[in-house]
Amino acid sequence: MIALLTRDLRLAVRAGGGFGLGLAFFLIVTVLVPLGVGPETALLSKIAPGILWIGALLACLLSLDRIFALDFEDGSIDLLATAPLPMEGIVTVKALAHWLTTGLPLVLAAPALGVLLSLPQGGYFWVVVSLAVGTPALSVIGTFGAALTVGLKRGGLLMSLLVLPLYVPTLVFGAEVARRGGEGLTVQTPLLMLAGISFGAVALLPFASAAVLRINLR
Amino acid sequence: MSIWEYANPVKFIRTTDRLMPYLAVGAVICLVSGLVWGFFFTPDDYRQGSTVKIIYLHVPAALMAINAWIMMLVASLVWIVRRHHVSALAARAAAPVGAVMTVIALATGAIWGQPMWGTWWVWDPRLTSFLILFLFYLGYIALWEAIEDDDTAADLTSILCLVGSVFAILSRYAVLFWNQGLHQGASLSLDKEEHVADVYSNPLYVSIAGFVLLFIALVFLRTQTEIRARRARALIARERLT
Repeated sequence: MIALLTRDLRLAVRAGGGFGLGLAFFLIVTVLVPLGVGPETALLSKIAPGILWIGALLACLLSLDRIFALDFEDGSIDLLATAPLPMEGIVTVKALAHWLTTGLPLVLAAPALGVLLSLPQGGYFWVVVSLAVGTPALSVIGTFGAALTVGLKRGGLLMSLLVLPLYVPTLVFGAEVARRGGEGLTVQTPLLMLAGISFGAVALLPFASAAVLRINLR
Repeated sequence: MSIWEYANPVKFIRTTDRLMPYLAVGAVICLVSGLVWGFFFTPDDYRQGSTVKIIYLHVPAALMAINAWIMMLVASLVWIVRRHHVSALAARAAAPVGAVMTVIALATGAIWGQPMWGTWWVWDPRLTSFLILFLFYLGYIALWEAIEDDDTAADLTSILCLVGSVFAILSRYAVLFWNQGLHQGASLSLDKEEHVADVYSNPLYVSIAGFVLLFIALVFLRTQTEIRARRARALIARERLT
């Protein structure tokens, strides 16, 4: 498992720039939004938590098709499937690698980009917390979507269509935590719901992803 | 005698062929009488005027949009557990019908909302969750269309249906949390306060019965079509081999 994880991480960092892609997209979104809606600080600080969350979600979505597509093309996914590691373990490691290369950098970059969007003072902590709790769910759900469409040519658009509605609860609760945190309100309820969705998705969805991947490889 | 006998496609087609005239005629009678009764023989509401009568399209369509998904969920479960092809095809057949019901509910709601709320669309929990349901239908249909192999497509879509159901319910409660509603409560309810007046609800029951019968008839018809199309493909493939 660790060997697979390090292999995926190395591939992401060294080959093809999958590592920087999500981060660069996140940066571009946060730079473009103020240009689009105007530079008023009051407006920006009101929408900043939502923009950060949407940017993170889209950056995640952008890198999803890399999870299985490259391995499927060069056939290494078949080798992995015949390896002693169960399929559930493989998809979990894949999701973890995706989170480490996409989700974690987004979490760390969010406060810096929050400055650009004049995020309110109290908001920084909660944006980081909500992203840290929520992005694993995004990675795991995305792995499910990627596993569904792995064999398809031009599956990217279909995968977005399948994954976006699945992202709705995570986005709603995550952005709600960030928004309430920014306004200094209590965040307990949405944070607990977000954590519940995240843990539930991490615990259960790998089984669905593994089942789907097995069907696609047979 | 058990329900699984109908998993045999021949038996399924024979039985549904026998039922079809009753279903179709029943659907037409219920729809026509329910809609005519609702549109022309109920009084105007004192606040909403005659716009209230769109309820006879809106409520049954919304009801069927949700129940079609539940039917697809049950059919998907049957396919995963017992692998009856008719079940997978029935789920496939129900999806476009459910999607159209969702569109009808959203469109009639918008048409009613324009004069009553002064807007075609608000981000109300009910409206939002219906939009999300519509996205789920689109994804489900698109996945069926995208995959060549029938059994693979059936497996993948049924797992998507299971996972999607969980997330659809989560979304429902997430948007409830996210915004206060403008939409009124349930139209039909055992609670007397919430229930619409009898003069409106009686034609509504007839109209709902019509929609249910129409849905069953359409699903039977489309499932038969799918079975026959698959049979035709198998025959063509066999011709090519010999």
